[in-house]
Amino acid sequence: MNQALAKKTTVRDDVATESRERPAIRIKGLSKRFGSFTAVDNVTIDIARGEFFMIVGPSGCGKTTLLRILAGLEAPTDGSIDVSVEAGSQRPVNSMVFQGDSIFPWMTVWDNAAYGLKMRRAPQAQIKEVVGHYLDRTGLLKFADAYPHQLSGGMKQRVSIARAFANDPEILLMDEPFSALDAQNKLLLQEELLRIWEENKKTVLFITHDVDEAVKLGDRIMVMTAQPGRVKTVVPVSLPRPRDVLELQQNPEFGKLVHQIWSSLRDEVQRARELDEAKGVRK
Amino acid sequence: MSAHIEAETVRPVRSWKLSENTRDRLISIASPILLLLVWEIAARTGLIDTRFFPAPSSIFETLVTLSSTGELWQHTAASLQRLFIGFLVGGIPALILGIIMGLSRPVRAVFDPLISATYPIPKSSILPLALLIFGLGEGSKIFMVAIGVFFPVAINATAGVREINKIYLDVGRNFKASRWDTFRTIALPGALPVIMTGIKLGVGMGLVLIAIAEMMGAKSGLGYMIWAAWETFSVEQMYVGLFVIAIIGFVLTLVLNEIEKRLVPWKR
Ligand SMILES: Nc1ncnc2c1ncn2[C@@H]1O[C@H](COP(=O)(O)OP(=O)(O)OP(=O)(O)O)[C@@H](O)[C@H]1O
Ligand SMILES: [Mg+2]
Repeated sequence: MNQALAKKTTVRDDVATESRERPAIRIKGLSKRFGSFTAVDNVTIDIARGEFFMIVGPSGCGKTTLLRILAGLEAPTDGSIDVSVEAGSQRPVNSMVFQGDSIFPWMTVWDNAAYGLKMRRAPQAQIKEVVGHYLDRTGLLKFADAYPHQLSGGMKQRVSIARAFANDPEILLMDEPFSALDAQNKLLLQEELLRIWEENKKTVLFITHDVDEAVKLGDRIMVMTAQPGRVKTVVPVSLPRPRDVLELQQNPEFGKLVHQIWSSLRDEVQRARELDEAKGVRK
Repeated sequence: MSAHIEAETVRPVRSWKLSENTRDRLISIASPILLLLVWEIAARTGLIDTRFFPAPSSIFETLVTLSSTGELWQHTAASLQRLFIGFLVGGIPALILGIIMGLSRPVRAVFDPLISATYPIPKSSILPLALLIFGLGEGSKIFMVAIGVFFPVAINATAGVREINKIYLDVGRNFKASRWDTFRTIALPGALPVIMTGIKLGVGMGLVLIAIAEMMGAKSGLGYMIWAAWETFSVEQMYVGLFVIAIIGFVLTLVLNEIEKRLVPWKR
């Protein structure tokens, strides 16, 4: 781990000097149409290296589609994405924490978490060290030999997060990783995620429906419009780090931000509902 | 207080009661024994025609004779060997083709119509053709088993792969799994439960077909033994053959269930 940590410190130095010139992700005029249906429309945004970037928007507005394009799982119809990686970096560009249950039921917790490294044919010693580290950080070390069906929903979600982190990517794409959890587990996992993130400050794109969560975790929050998905506004969150997700709720600034995001989002959710009703689609 | 009372009353009751599993097992052992007993009595009292339904005791006598001369083992071994080789010859290509069909649309487009068109042909009706092509030797028998195993395994492998939640394939892509890795770490294990069902069906089918194939132009095997018994009016020997085939089917099911448990530990 020492070596990895050392590497990460240099990354942090980079942020200060380079981030203004060279954003980690530069999205320009990105659109995605499925047939005649426009899911994502002309999204332009720069995301800085090491930034924790939140995406909120009504259901069906194209958040997942946007992330899937970034992950290379879907081709854009229009526009471009530039992902700049450190010169000489051997790390994978991105790893995704998928919306919903995505850990392999036929692999143990350990093998799930080691998946990315194994696919990259990483040396056995490195796999042991890195996977061990992240299973420890997510409190799963005791369950390393368990199969997913023996785990609770929250634990499965943590495996998914450990799998993405252990792959040590430049960018983490997280699609509603906590949405299926109860409030208590969610709070714990948010804390855990922030702690792990503080270790190495990876660039994170994080989708959520939970406005509190967006403000607690993010450096900036992008609100998207209902169909077609456009950038409505991007709100910077100037709350100091490291953050304590419990303490934060007492912070007046926190309340103001939640209110601001909510009121921006409310119109869109309302509009999405009207659109759905007009189409006779029940969400 | 009430919890205490409950605990004391519940404990003795439980210790007297057989677990449901044990009870079911006892019943499933007792019922065939009972049937044999009724059969024996009916045969001895002349209630049933012993030319068609000889008493179990006389069948057992024949079984002892046949096995002491080694004849029974020779036939059993011949059938098992054909079954095993045929299983590999039909099963392995079926597995590979089935999984690739599940993963690749073009490959599916090529083979799906072929399989759909040939699958409904009763396999036993191919026997004359198999004899024509492979002759009276081992080839035709192995071919028949292989045909029987091939279809259920290939069809289930395709279905199994296609039923895998697409999200797992996306995970594979996102984590840069190669084609071979996708096959090895996602398609094969993900489809394995459905494939195992196909293998069980295939083995059952292979057993049916080996018995039929051995009745035509064979000089060994349980099917041959049954057929020879018909020709010599040795009803007991016929029953011995049927009995051994039944046992083989039963044991294979147990073995395959055990293999399934080991290969698919993630399914409850
Ligand atoms: N492969 C596809 N083919 C056709 N339409 C699609 C496809 N994938 C997504 N869509 C449509 O694009 C729209 C955006 O989908 P997307 O999954 O990106 O929404 P989302 O913002 O992630 O929603 P949610 O918050 O409910 O997860 C939806 O209306 C969806 O039906
Ligand atoms: Mg989504």
